Amino acid sequence: MSYLDFLTTYGPRLASGTAVTVGQFVLASLLAVILAGTSGLMLLSASRGIRGTALTYVEIFRGTSLLVQLYWIFFALPIFGLTLEKFTAGVLAVGLNGGAYGAMLVKGAVMAVPKGQWEAAIAINMTPTRRMLRIILPQAVVIMLPGWGNLLIEILKGTALVALISVTDLMFEVRQINNASFKSAEAFGTALLIYYVLARFIVTPGMRGIERAMARRMGRA
Amino acid sequence: MTTAWDWAFAAEILPRLIHATGYTLLAAGGGYLIALILGLALTFLQRSRSRVLTIVVREVMEFVRSTPLVLQIFFIFYVGPQFGLRLSPWTAGMIAIGLHYGAYLSEVFRGGIESVPKGQWEAATALNLSTVKTYVRIILPQALPSALAGMGNYLVGILKDTPMLAVIGVTELLHAANTIGAESYRYLEPYTIVGLIFLLLSLPAAALIRSAETWVRKKLGLNA
Repeated sequence: MSYLDFLTTYGPRLASGTAVTVGQFVLASLLAVILAGTSGLMLLSASRGIRGTALTYVEIFRGTSLLVQLYWIFFALPIFGLTLEKFTAGVLAVGLNGGAYGAMLVKGAVMAVPKGQWEAAIAINMTPTRRMLRIILPQAVVIMLPGWGNLLIEILKGTALVALISVTDLMFEVRQINNASFKSAEAFGTALLIYYVLARFIVTPGMRGIERAMARRMGRA
Repeated sequence: MTTAWDWAFAAEILPRLIHATGYTLLAAGGGYLIALILGLALTFLQRSRSRVLTIVVREVMEFVRSTPLVLQIFFIFYVGPQFGLRLSPWTAGMIAIGLHYGAYLSEVFRGGIESVPKGQWEAATALNLSTVKTYVRIILPQALPSALAGMGNYLVGILKDTPMLAVIGVTELLHAANTIGAESYRYLEPYTIVGLIFLLLSLPAAALIRSAETWVRKKLGLNA
């Protein structure tokens, strides 16, 4: 069986697996962005309670393994009466994990906005909300975007683990193909290539594009 | 399935999980050692004079870093036998982790070496030191402080990625928790304890890395 035969036989399954992987990636990334934004700003709150809550979330998800978190959410949560569908459990685990790393990016970026910008906003009598939305966050986003580029790749790689709770993503499909055909090099090799193409030719250039567009909007390009 | 947390059951499985923690630490340590050696080798290859070699090494590293570790573990474990090379789960796992994190570490080393001022190279040349001597005595010791933080982060990263080895049958922490779950149909206690053990290992590790950094800086006569 040549490699071309392999591709024609298993192409549809590889394609459907890739579609599931992309779906997991997009949803988990959205969740991570929302969680990172919220908890990143909470980490900067003046209230100890709010800071503590966010810090607990961030330390738990950064301090343990994604795979352990995934298993915990999928196998241990039902004991508390919360049974999640496996696709949802996958998105939730990968998104929660990514969000914890993202929170540190958000916090660092907000703190990296020059102090003069805060002072100027206060001097022209902006409300704290307006100051954050109009002055600080737009500049912080430009600072944190390169970090998000790396984090999104980590999230994409993280989605491969959801195959272990039987979400039928790319990783799951190639394991099945490997078990059925014993074509290990072809099966796993093709999956490696697909992940590489997704990361190197879609996610990374996409993020570069957003970085350039943001820099232009801020008048820095 | 009974509800809520069972303390007696947790106490009963704790020794097994602590025993498995030893294997997790062994896997992380072994993987890290390979990653350090490979990472350093990749750094030197990348710094070679041949442009083709530099580009090829960089692209291979990019490939390794942008594909999932768990897939690389499967690839190394299953592809070997297809070509008559049978690897044990431990060997395959160590190679996969070493390769994956070697690619990350070589970026850390490269950054460290590039942070050494150019004058140090020129001084070494002026003193007629050999290339090996320049690296070992002059450049690497000065590159170390700025590389330490990254090196420490990836050590913790490897520790947290060792559970992936359970998928090819390495009997580390998660593997032990899976076995316990399959025997008793109780998943809450084993997975929660595994999570706590990881927290107990990785949180102090972060503090330890910071103090190691200060210690090395002081030892080298740089101010912290």
